[in-house]
Amino acid sequence: MKKRRWRDAGLAAVLIGPSAAVLGLFVIYPLLKAVWLGRERCSNAKCSTNGWHQYVDAFRSNEFQDALVVTLKYALITVPIGLVLGIGLAVLADKYIRGVGIFRTIFSSTVATSVAVASVMWFFLFNPNIGVLAHYLGGVFKSPGLLQDSHTALWAVSASSIWANLGFTFIVVTAGLQSVPKDLYESAYVDGATGFGRFTNVTLPMISPTLLFATVVLTTRAFQSFGEIDILTAGGPAPTNPTTTLTYLAYGKGLPTSGDDGLRSTVSVLLFFVLLVLALVQFRGLDKRVHYGN
Amino acid sequence: MMTYPLFVAQVRLENITKQFDGVTAVEDINLDIADREFMILLGPSGCGKSTLLRMIAGLEDPTEGKVWIGDTLVNDVLPKVRDVAMVFQSYALYPHKTVQANIEFPLKVRKVDKVERAAAAAAAAESLGLTEYMQRKPGQLSGGQRQRVALARAIVRKPAVFCMDEPLSNLDAKLRGETRAELIALHQRLDSTFIYVTHDQVEAMTMGTRIAVMSRGRIEQVGTPQDVYDKPASVFVAQFVGMPPMNILPPGTVEGGDHLVGVRPEDLQIHPTGAMSMIVTLVEHLGHEVLVTGTIDGRRVVVREPAGAPDRRVGDVVGLDATESGRHRFDATTQRRIDG
Repeated sequence: MKKRRWRDAGLAAVLIGPSAAVLGLFVIYPLLKAVWLGRERCSNAKCSTNGWHQYVDAFRSNEFQDALVVTLKYALITVPIGLVLGIGLAVLADKYIRGVGIFRTIFSSTVATSVAVASVMWFFLFNPNIGVLAHYLGGVFKSPGLLQDSHTALWAVSASSIWANLGFTFIVVTAGLQSVPKDLYESAYVDGATGFGRFTNVTLPMISPTLLFATVVLTTRAFQSFGEIDILTAGGPAPTNPTTTLTYLAYGKGLPTSGDDGLRSTVSVLLFFVLLVLALVQFRGLDKRVHYGN
Repeated sequence: MMTYPLFVAQVRLENITKQFDGVTAVEDINLDIADREFMILLGPSGCGKSTLLRMIAGLEDPTEGKVWIGDTLVNDVLPKVRDVAMVFQSYALYPHKTVQANIEFPLKVRKVDKVERAAAAAAAAESLGLTEYMQRKPGQLSGGQRQRVALARAIVRKPAVFCMDEPLSNLDAKLRGETRAELIALHQRLDSTFIYVTHDQVEAMTMGTRIAVMSRGRIEQVGTPQDVYDKPASVFVAQFVGMPPMNILPPGTVEGGDHLVGVRPEDLQIHPTGAMSMIVTLVEHLGHEVLVTGTIDGRRVVVREPAGAPDRRVGDVVGLDATESGRHRFDATTQRRIDG
């Protein structure tokens, strides 16, 4: 038995080899390299090691703490609002009425829009001089404009992000809704449940695995979002930088991390661990409330 | 033991028609279901029986006609106000709720006090032997147990009318037989109106106080199981009720005249001097009886013989007689019964 296993080992190595090579070269090596680089400070392509302590120092630094708070705020704004809007639209469009396909197409269209296009669109919408919102609504949309006001910049970027992710949430929740057996609704209807009662007693529990999935994906996206921030505010407005998230800090334009590949790696690796902890917490915490079929 | 002092719950359907996108599913149906009756809607799939039941429960609106429950016209009355409970073929249990929460659900949405609904659920569960499963989820139960949970959820709020849409069709044959007996007992115990949809004639014959046989959106016949069996109103009913189905022979085969004659397999006798001649094509020994299949002028005929009858062989040409009392006469054009 043992001998045979060893004989098979050669074949196994040949079969696994190509995948292992690709995975090693493009995933594992860069990951380890980033962790290694995170110990160093670099300037003009010259790096010197600061030791593992650099991770602790970076984590404790004001810049990292501020960015972490901004990122958490950003996630707390975009995820719940995006989820509620996505569920709302999906429930509205989950009807067998004529023309509903047009609405489904419109609601899901943002999934096919790139972050760059979406952000440029919102950039012009928010523009205090030529923007549609300022033109028709005036008020807060006028000078200095939502993106330039440090109190509203994060909300403005969040609006763009929520819009861009709405198509994804809509499609995922629609798929979840379509898998709910019609009998359950009819049974609840005959038993006397109101529309809201059917929603809370049938719809929400039945699509809870979908909602958990959407929550984890949206949270991860919020922690990793970069394009909309770069295009809309570039982490600003200065000096408070209320839209500098962890990802933007890792990018480092105009920040202490600028031009320092070592410090950027430190922030990136720390972000990786923050996300890892967050995903674990989400699965552990929400899993108990999720019902996975029969 | 639960007792159900119920309101008078007769159901009356007047000229009910239902169309889906121009396709007629149910056409001009008139049916009176008496209080505390066990009415069976029997027919093949697509005959409109489930649609009719769903209109009584309030899940579909009739295109035309009136639905009455008691003295109330319920066309525009919400299901929850109709005092109707429904048991679905799929049971439609909430998979994320425990058995207890499932049974309590109709009371919970009616804002019944927590203690009161727990007591009602416990009583319903006890009457169906579910007490020990109260904290389980439906996924942890067998098909038969789930079916009983669905029944418990229906009886817990003491409705006037029970609508059941093929509730036994997902059970295996043995369990189906047992549950049939339980449903009959339940009907007697609850003393309320049951309307039961099925395509299974055995369920219809054994459980119903009356049967409405349906075909192509119309009612072919309404009567007691014995009536429907003994005096089928049409060729369709004659062939749908009874196993094996009634043999329908063309005019002139059994007797003179231009009408069709239907004869049940047990009313045909193989006899050397029989008036008809049949070529045997299949012999099936079922232990307590033998089914002999053959052809008369190319038309398939089945004869039921007792177990001790002489041995028949495939290819034998035998004489055949139909007893006078066993002949059912149908109009060759309308296919309706003509001998009352």
